[in-house]
Amino acid sequence: MATTTIDGRGSFCPGPLMELIAALKLAAVGDEIEVLSSDKGSANDIPAWINKVGHTHVGTTDKGGYWSILVKKAK
Amino acid sequence: MSKTILIVGGGLAGTIVANGMCRQLNSELRNGSVNITMLGTTETHMYQPGLLYVPFGRIREAELYRDQRRVLDRRVNFFVDPAKHIDVEKNQVTTEKGRTFKYDYLVLATGSRIMPQNIPGMAEAGHWFYDIEGARKLRTALNNFEGGKIIVNVNAPHKCPVAPLEVTFMLNEFFKGKGMSDKVEITYTYPIGRLHALEPVAHWSKPEFDKQGIKYETFFNTESVNPEKKTIRSMEGVELPFDLLITIPPHMGQQVIIDSDLGKGGWVPTNTKTLHREGSTNVFVVGDTTNIPISKAGSTAHFEADVLIDNLVSLVTEGAWAREYDGKVFCFVETGLGTGTYVWFDYKTPPNPGPPSQMIHWFKLAYNRLYWLSARGLL
Repeated sequence: MATTTIDGRGSFCPGPLMELIAALKLAAVGDEIEVLSSDKGSANDIPAWINKVGHTHVGTTDKGGYWSILVKKAK
Repeated sequence: MSKTILIVGGGLAGTIVANGMCRQLNSELRNGSVNITMLGTTETHMYQPGLLYVPFGRIREAELYRDQRRVLDRRVNFFVDPAKHIDVEKNQVTTEKGRTFKYDYLVLATGSRIMPQNIPGMAEAGHWFYDIEGARKLRTALNNFEGGKIIVNVNAPHKCPVAPLEVTFMLNEFFKGKGMSDKVEITYTYPIGRLHALEPVAHWSKPEFDKQGIKYETFFNTESVNPEKKTIRSMEGVELPFDLLITIPPHMGQQVIIDSDLGKGGWVPTNTKTLHREGSTNVFVVGDTTNIPISKAGSTAHFEADVLIDNLVSLVTEGAWAREYDGKVFCFVETGLGTGTYVWFDYKTPPNPGPPSQMIHWFKLAYNRLYWLSARGLL
């Protein structure tokens, strides 16, 4: 199992969720991806999308000014 | 002892870096203390943003190409000999023809490529305009289209992030011009929950889509395409029928990056400000090749290249660092066949697109020609 971190803070385009979608395509099942986002919308959108497509939302941590969203590729 | 700057890749980023350095290193190139070498994959340089106009017959193919040797400063040692292995420990690159090039400074500018084959059925059933063969095929398909459902399908990651919106607006106007609006239904699909990654662009485009009768499906990440049934299915469980599928296929970096173990998916981990390859002090990355989470676009490559030129020149001549990349990106956005707008942003400044106008569209058309001055390092 590998863990990758996407630092999407301050990324206006393509943004944290697009970066996560791209990273999931390259990840192996069981890999974890941590997304750092300064955008509250992403902190809500990412878990919603992850649950919809059947991966695992491990957790979200408020880091004060930004969020860490941990995701596991499940299939 | 002469210092060698080796550039791998002859697209826009590599070409601007090569030409820009030549302009600032006149005496060093003359006295032989610096040499600049580029390894490219083709004899020709293509203006990639021009591909958008090919399906609509709005640009001649000949306008897209120049001889790369004529675009490059004549002092650049240019070889059409693609890199096969990049060894950042030994400071050397071996090529497909079996040559070995040593370097003092390496610039990785290998770019990205479309991968329709990564989605089942997409290569068989899809049309695209991100390469010349695809753009020609799409032009024929549009000219022969008698009506029905068109899907403009966007996949992540992809370069030129506004091109999918542009092609959608242009398609709508193209068929309107042919008097076929009532026979054509356009549906645009996008991977995240709005119409564009840039929130202000998404907010602007939604009422435009509504006004123009363009349908959309957000949170649509393509799982597969069925060429027989002519349907496209998303990971989110939505299936849409089509008569013509226009896709922006997912992209990857180049195979040589993967084979050289320099980055997953062909994207090289890169410092967002210095553009150093992570872990190297003499390897720089520019353009689509980086893994920096910003737009993969010609303007990104251009602004990064400008910074890299200053830093490389400063390092070679003074042993000092010049400046950092601020994340600047600028994109024209065609909003039809006769109007356009633009958007710019950097790491700290959010984008704020202005109202579309005919003037900006004309400026974009002018830039289609001014591009060659950018590539030459003059603009």
